[in-house]
Amino acid sequence: MHSLIYLDNAATTKTDPRVLDAMLPYWREEYGNPSSIYQLGSRAKSAVENARSQIAAIFHAQPKEIYFTSCGTEADNWAIIAYALANRTKGNHIITSKIEHHAVLHSCEWLEKQGYDVTYLDVDEYGMVQVEDFRNAIRPDTIMASVMFANNEIGTIQPIRELAAIAKEKDIFFHTDAVQAVGNCDIFVDELGIDAFSLSAHKIHGPKGIGLLYVRQGIKLPPYIHGGAQERKKRAGTENVAFIVGLAKALELAYKNKEERLASIREMRDYLKEQIEKNIPYIRFNGHPTERLANNLSVCFQYIEGEALLLSLDMEGIAGSSGSACTSGSLDPSHVLLAIGLPHEIAHGSLRLSLSEANTIAEMDYVVEKLEEIVDRLRQMSPLYEKVMK
Amino acid sequence: MYSETVMEHFRNPRNVGEIENASGVGEVGNPQCGDIMKMYLDIKDGIIQDVKFRTFGCGSAIASSSMATELIKGKTVEEAMQLTNKAVAEALDGLPPVKMHCSVLAEQAIKSALLDYQEKSGVKIEGLEDFDPTEDPHDHEVDED
Repeated sequence: MHSLIYLDNAATTKTDPRVLDAMLPYWREEYGNPSSIYQLGSRAKSAVENARSQIAAIFHAQPKEIYFTSCGTEADNWAIIAYALANRTKGNHIITSKIEHHAVLHSCEWLEKQGYDVTYLDVDEYGMVQVEDFRNAIRPDTIMASVMFANNEIGTIQPIRELAAIAKEKDIFFHTDAVQAVGNCDIFVDELGIDAFSLSAHKIHGPKGIGLLYVRQGIKLPPYIHGGAQERKKRAGTENVAFIVGLAKALELAYKNKEERLASIREMRDYLKEQIEKNIPYIRFNGHPTERLANNLSVCFQYIEGEALLLSLDMEGIAGSSGSACTSGSLDPSHVLLAIGLPHEIAHGSLRLSLSEANTIAEMDYVVEKLEEIVDRLRQMSPLYEKVMK
Repeated sequence: MYSETVMEHFRNPRNVGEIENASGVGEVGNPQCGDIMKMYLDIKDGIIQDVKFRTFGCGSAIASSSMATELIKGKTVEEAMQLTNKAVAEALDGLPPVKMHCSVLAEQAIKSALLDYQEKSGVKIEGLEDFDPTEDPHDHEVDED
């Protein structure tokens, strides 16, 4: 039995031991509350502020523009809901895309229930938002836009700079969910011209339970979590010191040698794609061919269903994910796969494999070998394939 | 998420395949919903001599088909008519509530194949009068909460 081949790094990642080591002292010895005035407390405060400064430098931002949150979802909710509520007198219209993460989509749907008007932009067959569609969707009462940096299912990277430039020209608050892009793309806030972005630590070998929201200085975003005066009165709750330190460490590692790391991941991903293409018929790759995350491979196998595929892969020690209805907990396959125009039956047979630098080419060979067997076995069982064969 | 019995039937499904010149063939479900079951029956003297299936669907759809074929093989047509989705689910040591429609699909696939047999052979089968092969199996999920 092989040890686990983990190809679900878009879901979560293994915590890097260096991140763990950086965090441990903040439980063991340095357990103070940053709001306490004695030395134990001020050392915790320093740890938080040092982390904030280090993180800000990575994004060419100012430390005071970084707000720690409990996760990426909280950061998305905060940016979208709090901004909309605070600017209701200015306008009622919000623009987003059809392929956002549920943290954004469901926040927008909640706002719709409060009487806001939301435009969900279509994407092309590669999952790309069209810049002109965005421009055309803007109305006099548009107050905010939120378009994800890179898609979690199909890996397509959006034209954020162009979208943000239009938003700036029209004086619209522009937020991007960068949860999947972080560690994969440079996020230089001024160069991109974005007003806010969200990220999460656990996608980059950091701990689960910590994220951040960047908010450009001068933008008035009211608090979303109310309570104490933490985070300059913007986000109440005792700082999660250890996790904040862990987030800073994870980001440092993610951006150190980023190009070499991504090159090695991309090489494995491309090899995996090539081998699947060579060995398995009736498939379709999803997402943009070039404007995509280095670690993401999204493929649909016709005539079979994704959950059966995942269970079979798991039996061979391979962890991946699918956008099939059976794994989404609803009757419909993933909204992202439907938005790129896939018919339901094709979307049901989707598989997402997301790599990390811990993977190897030998693992890719094993995965392809097993995939070939599994896909063939499930197809032999499928009445849809029976029709193709006849 | 799944019982050991479901996983065992998923790993080693019984009676996969097709029967040439089958006495009755039934196909239910649709690709949009992500599951299709096709059942082949070989019936002689009112007894199901052989049964085969092909299924496009998730782990529980495959396991439900496999279990359903085991439950009716060697049984009389009347006994096969008595097979309920609950019996399939119970034989599998339970299915998660969102997967109960898989067992419904298995019951419908068998009835659908029996309906085909009735039409081909002219042998009247009691209980098929009210059977609607196009009924949405997902409607049954609500009952299982």
